[in-house]
Amino acid sequence: MPKYSFTLNGEKVTVNAPGDLSVLWALRDKLGVTGPKYGCGINVCKACTSHLDGKKFNPCVTNLRDVAGREVTTIEGLAKDGKLHPVQEAWLEQDVAQCGYCQPGQIMAAVDLLRRTHNPTDADIDAIENVCRCGSYFRIREAIHSAAAKLRAQGVVEPTAVGKGGELAATGLGTGTALTGAAALAAAAIVRAVRSDDDELDVDLDVDLDGALGG
Amino acid sequence: MTAELTPLSPESEGTSRRRFLTYVLAAPTLAVATTWLGHEASADGLPVVPSNPEMAEDYDLGDFLIQAQKPTESQMVVLTVAKDGRVTCQVPREEVGQGITTSLAMIVADEMDVPLEHVTVTLAPARPELLFSQITGGSNTIRSMWTPLRTAASGAKGALLAAAAEELHVDASKLQLRNGVVVGGGRVIPIGELSEAAARPGLRPAPVQLKAAADLKYIGTPQNRKDAHLMVTGAFKYTNDHEPVPGILRAMVRRPPTLNGTVKRVVNAAAVRKMPGIKGLYVIPTGVAVVAETFGQALDGKEALVVEWNAGTVDDFDNKKIKASLEAVRTPLSPAPPGATVVEGEFDFAFVSHAPMETNTAIADIKPDGGQVWAGMKTPIVAVQTIEQDLGLPSGSVTAHVIQGGGSFGRRLFFDGALEAARISHAAGKPVKVMMTRVDDMRHGRARPASSHAVRATVADGQVVAWEHRTAFVETDWRHGLGEILTATGTGYGDPPGVPVSIGGDFTFSQSVFNLTVKSPYNFGPTTHELNETPDQFHTAAFRSVYSPNTRGADEIIVDEVAKLLKQDPVAFRIAHFRDPRYTAVLEKCAELGHWGKKLPKGVAQGIAFHAEYKSITACMVEIDARNPAKPRVTKAAIVADYGIPINPRGAESQLLGGLADGISTALRAGLHIDKGLALEGSYSQFHYARQRDYPRDVKIHIMPANQSEPGGGGELGVAAAFAAVANAYARATGKKVRSFPLIFPVDFKPFTKGTGSTRVQPR
Repeated sequence: MPKYSFTLNGEKVTVNAPGDLSVLWALRDKLGVTGPKYGCGINVCKACTSHLDGKKFNPCVTNLRDVAGREVTTIEGLAKDGKLHPVQEAWLEQDVAQCGYCQPGQIMAAVDLLRRTHNPTDADIDAIENVCRCGSYFRIREAIHSAAAKLRAQGVVEPTAVGKGGELAATGLGTGTALTGAAALAAAAIVRAVRSDDDELDVDLDVDLDGALGG
Repeated sequence: MTAELTPLSPESEGTSRRRFLTYVLAAPTLAVATTWLGHEASADGLPVVPSNPEMAEDYDLGDFLIQAQKPTESQMVVLTVAKDGRVTCQVPREEVGQGITTSLAMIVADEMDVPLEHVTVTLAPARPELLFSQITGGSNTIRSMWTPLRTAASGAKGALLAAAAEELHVDASKLQLRNGVVVGGGRVIPIGELSEAAARPGLRPAPVQLKAAADLKYIGTPQNRKDAHLMVTGAFKYTNDHEPVPGILRAMVRRPPTLNGTVKRVVNAAAVRKMPGIKGLYVIPTGVAVVAETFGQALDGKEALVVEWNAGTVDDFDNKKIKASLEAVRTPLSPAPPGATVVEGEFDFAFVSHAPMETNTAIADIKPDGGQVWAGMKTPIVAVQTIEQDLGLPSGSVTAHVIQGGGSFGRRLFFDGALEAARISHAAGKPVKVMMTRVDDMRHGRARPASSHAVRATVADGQVVAWEHRTAFVETDWRHGLGEILTATGTGYGDPPGVPVSIGGDFTFSQSVFNLTVKSPYNFGPTTHELNETPDQFHTAAFRSVYSPNTRGADEIIVDEVAKLLKQDPVAFRIAHFRDPRYTAVLEKCAELGHWGKKLPKGVAQGIAFHAEYKSITACMVEIDARNPAKPRVTKAAIVADYGIPINPRGAESQLLGGLADGISTALRAGLHIDKGLALEGSYSQFHYARQRDYPRDVKIHIMPANQSEPGGGGELGVAAAFAAVANAYARATGKKVRSFPLIFPVDFKPFTKGTGSTRVQPR
């Protein structure tokens, strides 16, 4: 099994897994880091939004091999020494969370936006595509504006030249299409399966397939 | 635009004896608003024609559920005081984002006189001995827990005071519990130090006496969610984040290409079993379970399977056939009286996926003689009873742990995930965690049933003299019953447990819920709302606000059309016909908050609607920009709600914000296209629920102060009025009648391959 090492929330980690395993499942099932959530698996709901080298990315459509040697930050790595990030504080002040499931991704998307500008416009906020099925959007907007105001008041120097539309271009990671590692693996498996016809099996409801196959 | 109100004229007589205040708005250019100020007994024409009270007006679903819990009410709450003074209150309810663990803690803290931060509310596992008392639904948690919780908290306080009285050798009446400490007799004792003594049998506390409203400190004050810190740091654990026992395998289920299809033959089992990480394949009633080391591997295996399927239950259904089938069972409107003017409309609503962010997920560890399940479940008693029956396990052998859920909107009334996980764990002989992919969750999960409506208002001499509303819904699955197997079985007409959709329907149950929830707030003469159902076997469940968003929503659209016919203002017209002065107060406040009547450019319009359910009341007003009718955006909203007693206004606002999202989505763009027995939509890129860009930037909410002796329901209140306000605004902006929902509903995507649920074809 190949090994891939990267920095996760400031610590070096190594994962033994195929290179095309999605980072989401590497984080959740291999490393026990469960802040990034599964919501769709295809970079549509954005519940897994995290940061790669300081810019937002979606682990569900990123291959493990593409983060090797790089720096991954999940929601768990946002607070420093127990002190919440101003965006997290704003989320608490505005009482944003309802079911809370999308909020790690929402917060990581907001932090990414505020790294690009401390003066986000409402149009900038509209461009955040993260789904909140509970409909907490109004408070998300208020929280982003209030965190931005706090950052401006603190005089935190605004980063420059990162540019708008800071969605980390997935093409740079070789995952620009939705053909994820897992899916590619499955596609190959189907090709193999279709070619082999020696393993057909009739089954009835409730029959334990493994049992029927003798193991 | 922030509107500063400057009275232009204190009062001006409307042409129809209605009084308005006119305001100049502080705006870049002159804008004038009229605000409803009051009303005479009637609008133009004859006095209003009183309506018959509908059942839900006096006795509603919540009353029924509260009555059903009476036999076990005294056992519902388990309240403990730890030695450090922390109070834990275990309740037989499920939290899915409504904020009940915060609002219930407020009730306990108030009644007990302990600091809110010392109170933790936890979710009870399935407690079959509670019978009908462990169901989370009908916006009923606050209503149903109000008395049991206060009684428990007050009882605990009495015991602590009695224990302190014994220790201090004074009469308990000389002591007080204040802010977590007992004060009196010259001493201050933290309650933690009394918790052991207070548990002593034979202690004689004073009889429970609940506090007067004036003595409540937390109730009615805005409180932020107690669990928010865990959520914003990623530390909060949903079902999928738990590892309650070692060695849990991951499983996914390959599902049929049509709803309720069954496995005929697995063609390539051996090949799939050789794939990396695959631990086993099992045929279960819902498909082929693929058990693996990781979800990624389970997904690979699931997609690699080649399966031949038997037909499902609705293979030849599409949206057109569903509509025809609904119209066929809908009772025709009675013949209109000769010479009467009628305002009529026929409406249809597509299926709507509940689509909570957390897909159906569950953990099960089933051994030959019993075991455990973990999942977000609103009816855990019937969950364990069904699992035990399904697997032939002894009664009482399965424990169900209720895990806080990532959204529900009605979905988690059912325990599909837990049942599936139990079956797979039982077959595999190992603990498993089962998760639906989003595609499967949207297609094979549950949905709000499609519906068809005919509404008619009969108008004579400028008054509505009769209101008739005939509905037909695809059958709503109520087989969770009242949360236990007796009533669950009663709803299923003898279905074997675990059959995916009831055969023949549970129409009686549906009728009861319909009649206990839908009511007209108006005096429109004889008023009827009637339900019919088709027995078509889709995967349905009650959706937030159940029948009301469609039924009351269609009502509110026709109300606007009647007002238009009578050349009356929609706000004034409603107020003139309201049956309750509380309704008037709410709608007037909403019109004021949203600056009703403001002049707007062509293609931009306001819309307003009203709804009352579960003893609570709301009005919603929106402004919509439909200058491009194909791409409307709701730009502003004003919402007012009256809960009788608002427990946590902050949380109530959250629920109203959510109801607004539901209203915007289901009015404009979110629905499911059924095609050959399965939804085409498979993810949020295709099922167009509102995103940030669809949500108004300007939302104002006002919560009415307490004015009743008991709180009403809150979790579902916001949907129907928001839906109808958006629909009415769209109609006013475009000049078109609104009849088919969602209004903008093209198949603007390439569907995922059916059967595999493969996400390899992704259009974005």
